[in-house]
Amino acid sequence: MILDSYTAANRRRYSFAGSLHLDAPLIIALLLTAALGLVILYSASNQNEAIIIRQLTRLAVAFGVMMLVAQISPRQLRFWTPWLFAIGIFLLIAVLAFGEGKGAQRWLDFGLLRFQPSEMIKITLPMVLAWYLADAPLPPRPSRVIVCILLIIVPTLLIAKQPDLGTSLVIASSGIFVMLLSGIRWRYIFSAMIAAISAAPLLWYFMHDYQRQRVLTFLNPEQDLLGSGWHIVQSKIAIGSGGVYGKGWLNGTQSHLEFLPERSTDFIFAVYGEEFGLMGILVLLTLYLFIIARSLYISTQAQDTFGRLVGGSIAITFFFNIFVNIGMVTGLLPVVGLPLPLISYGGTSMVTLMIAFGILMSVHTHRKLLSQ
Amino acid sequence: MLRNLQIKDHGNETRLFKRRAIVAISVVIIMMLGIVARLIYLQIYSHQHYSTLSQKNRLKIVPLPPTRGLIYDRNGLLLAKNIPSFSLELIPEQVKDIDKTLERLGQFISIRDSDRAHFKRLVKQKRRFQSIPLRYRLTEEEVARFSVNRHLYKGVSIQARLIRYYPFGKEGVHTIGYVGRIDARELQRIDTANYSATTHIGKLGIERSYEDELHGQVGYQQEEVNAQNRTLRILDSTPPIAGKNLHLNIDIKLQAYADKVLGDYRGSIVAIDPRNGALLAMVSKPNYDPNPFVTGISVKNYSVLRDSPDKPLFNRTILGQYPPGSTVKPFIGLAGLDAGLANNSLFCPGWFELEGDERRYRDWKKHGHGETNLDKAIVQSCDVFFYELAKNLRITQMHKFMTQFGFGQKTGIDIIGELAGLFPSREWKRHKRGQAWFPGETVITGIGQGFTLTTPLQLASATATLAMNGLRFKPSIVQSMQGNENVEPVQQLATRYKSVLLKEPQNWQRVKRSMMRVMHSARGTARGSGRGAAYKIAGKTGTAQVFGIAQDAEYNEEEIDLRLRDHSLFVGFAPFEKPTIAIAVIAENGGSGGHIAAPIARKVLDAYLVGTEL
Repeated sequence: MILDSYTAANRRRYSFAGSLHLDAPLIIALLLTAALGLVILYSASNQNEAIIIRQLTRLAVAFGVMMLVAQISPRQLRFWTPWLFAIGIFLLIAVLAFGEGKGAQRWLDFGLLRFQPSEMIKITLPMVLAWYLADAPLPPRPSRVIVCILLIIVPTLLIAKQPDLGTSLVIASSGIFVMLLSGIRWRYIFSAMIAAISAAPLLWYFMHDYQRQRVLTFLNPEQDLLGSGWHIVQSKIAIGSGGVYGKGWLNGTQSHLEFLPERSTDFIFAVYGEEFGLMGILVLLTLYLFIIARSLYISTQAQDTFGRLVGGSIAITFFFNIFVNIGMVTGLLPVVGLPLPLISYGGTSMVTLMIAFGILMSVHTHRKLLSQ
Repeated sequence: MLRNLQIKDHGNETRLFKRRAIVAISVVIIMMLGIVARLIYLQIYSHQHYSTLSQKNRLKIVPLPPTRGLIYDRNGLLLAKNIPSFSLELIPEQVKDIDKTLERLGQFISIRDSDRAHFKRLVKQKRRFQSIPLRYRLTEEEVARFSVNRHLYKGVSIQARLIRYYPFGKEGVHTIGYVGRIDARELQRIDTANYSATTHIGKLGIERSYEDELHGQVGYQQEEVNAQNRTLRILDSTPPIAGKNLHLNIDIKLQAYADKVLGDYRGSIVAIDPRNGALLAMVSKPNYDPNPFVTGISVKNYSVLRDSPDKPLFNRTILGQYPPGSTVKPFIGLAGLDAGLANNSLFCPGWFELEGDERRYRDWKKHGHGETNLDKAIVQSCDVFFYELAKNLRITQMHKFMTQFGFGQKTGIDIIGELAGLFPSREWKRHKRGQAWFPGETVITGIGQGFTLTTPLQLASATATLAMNGLRFKPSIVQSMQGNENVEPVQQLATRYKSVLLKEPQNWQRVKRSMMRVMHSARGTARGSGRGAAYKIAGKTGTAQVFGIAQDAEYNEEEIDLRLRDHSLFVGFAPFEKPTIAIAVIAENGGSGGHIAAPIARKVLDAYLVGTEL
């Protein structure tokens, strides 16, 4: 406790952000991206001010939660990790038993509060893996790797059963990223990848009809122009017709004339591409790249394995979300319902995302001088 | 537990993580470059392609229908006009349950089964987002009732369209015709671009024959639409060019009057201005109201018209082919005069025989006309004189002469579909029947029986030519066309055919005077119809046999079936000195020409020349 007065963070308290346990470059980049998101949403929602106000409220709540989380020290986080994960798994089982939601059971209704347990797992799965792996020297031994795989598979299957393919994919990936960062030997990684690819037909067998349809549509969107192929085709038209400089803000015909579906949520990137063109997209990608790079840098600066692994996983999972969304909207990947982080209209995932960045900041701002 | 006590090598772990983080950021950058490459492909390489698709999405070219040209009669009375009509229309895509909606609408708007059937048929033909008419010609009350309830019916609307209306109804139908919905066969024929906004096309009469002039030129409007195909704004438009207005030669009041005086007879009246071929009246009876055809006549009502033994759908003026009977006599007589074979008189015993043939050709007057010359033969319609004359003229010469008047040929009238009739010849019989010509056939051709067939229009046109001493015009219905209300109508010039030339022109007068005496002499076959006229008429009656009567057989008019009775015919022109109207009247199964057709013709002539009845 005496050493506290010598923490590097203590020195940082001379800066305003540091005193709030925040990382200034990261929070500025996040705010800029969110602001750009609001600009796009204003156009995508057909200048619907009510939607902007709701999104602003969500952003405020999400940033508030982030700042709160940043105040919690990594040590406390690490202490609560197994309990939070256990609660998450329990809720996932509960949601399969009592949950509600259209087409898929994803929500738990607590009267006033509607809650998606899968969001909780998004954060706690990397944490619990990091918590487990931090106990022993890295790289982990095969027996520990097997435990990790089990820890990943259980929630992934539970979420896939809801069914929510997109989220289960993100969650499995976030777990895998922890293991990749933990230093598993490359030869294991490559063997696993080959195994996964050869198991792909098995995955097809377990898919729901609508999921199979999405894959088929992805492979040949023109075949199903009025059904789900419509999304991909119209989104490619929107982006392609935007050209280098775009049609200008509020001037996108694909979005404003309602040809583009889901334009405020999953397909908002197409609105942006249509109105701001390639130049606008490069700006957004630069912002994203900065956030990812900064997050990875923060992770490398972490003082313990837990912080490093959690932070690195947050950074890569953030990118994974971006890549899957843009890949889907540009027709590179099948349509899976994933929002574009910080830009898409929507609440729960925004809060989850900002909690993750809150953890990153906590990791960064609670470092102790002596350990370095 | 030894493993748990293992000392962690912090430095090594940090280095290991850093290496992995560098791999991670490299992979992130590579994948982002992948995204950028994809975007370059979409936004630069394929930009043109997607721009086009995006334009196609949002721009809709909407064709604008041109207003159909109006049709006027010679006195400027409207014969065909466009009236605004409110129709109830549905867009199938926007109506959830069509059957239920129809049922609910039926509670305050009358929807017949035929409307429903017509609508169902259109639903199959049209695209889901197109507006499809369910009911035409809503009454004002129905419009009001729907307007109150409109919010309950998504996808149902009231559209104001112009529809064709024929104020004179059945009296004009055979001449003016009507428009109807474009059918599949017409779709093959028309210029689909120009008809892209047009729903109706001329089906009959002037409406069909002058379709190109009446239709006009389609206009276009470029609209911006959203994904629901709703028009948001109009970007550009080219207005349509209305069709031309037609002014007809027809005097609709004269036609209506002729229609009236023909009474209940099936038959036809054609009146023509001999000075230019202008058709003044064309009556074919029975007739029918064309207006139901515009909005789609019900199958039941149509089959009543189609299956009627009176054949109301049949335009007798140009399609009815009748044996002309004695009405050909003035023409045959003229042929005889021109050949120098009709100057002598003969004795008519009431029958005629060819040498070496037992067969007797009867005269209509059983005991004969006695001593008969050409004048008497025309005035009293002596058959024997013309049997003899035909025999002497021979068929080839008769055919050649009669063809000059247009017998056996289409008149060239400006409505589609007329028939040519028939004036027989040796060649015709050899080609069509594969048989030689018999002398007896020449004999009966002389009195307009046998193979000879004429349309009422042909008879009127030939009579007009006779009235004009051989000057022959193409019969025409349309007098002028008018591009729009502000320009002068363009007169259609009368088309002259080759004139009939006689070796001795005074023979025209000889025959015409005999025709005058048909009307105005004590023994004329139509003397009753000439009596008391304010002007002089020239005419000729005809009574054409509908079926052959066995030689020497007596027949009693009352005893034979009404439909097998003789047709009653009359041709004529007036005033005698300066003819302004030529007329042909046929009353089917009317019996004697002098008793039925001639009085009808007189009434029409009075109406036209004196004008008190109109």
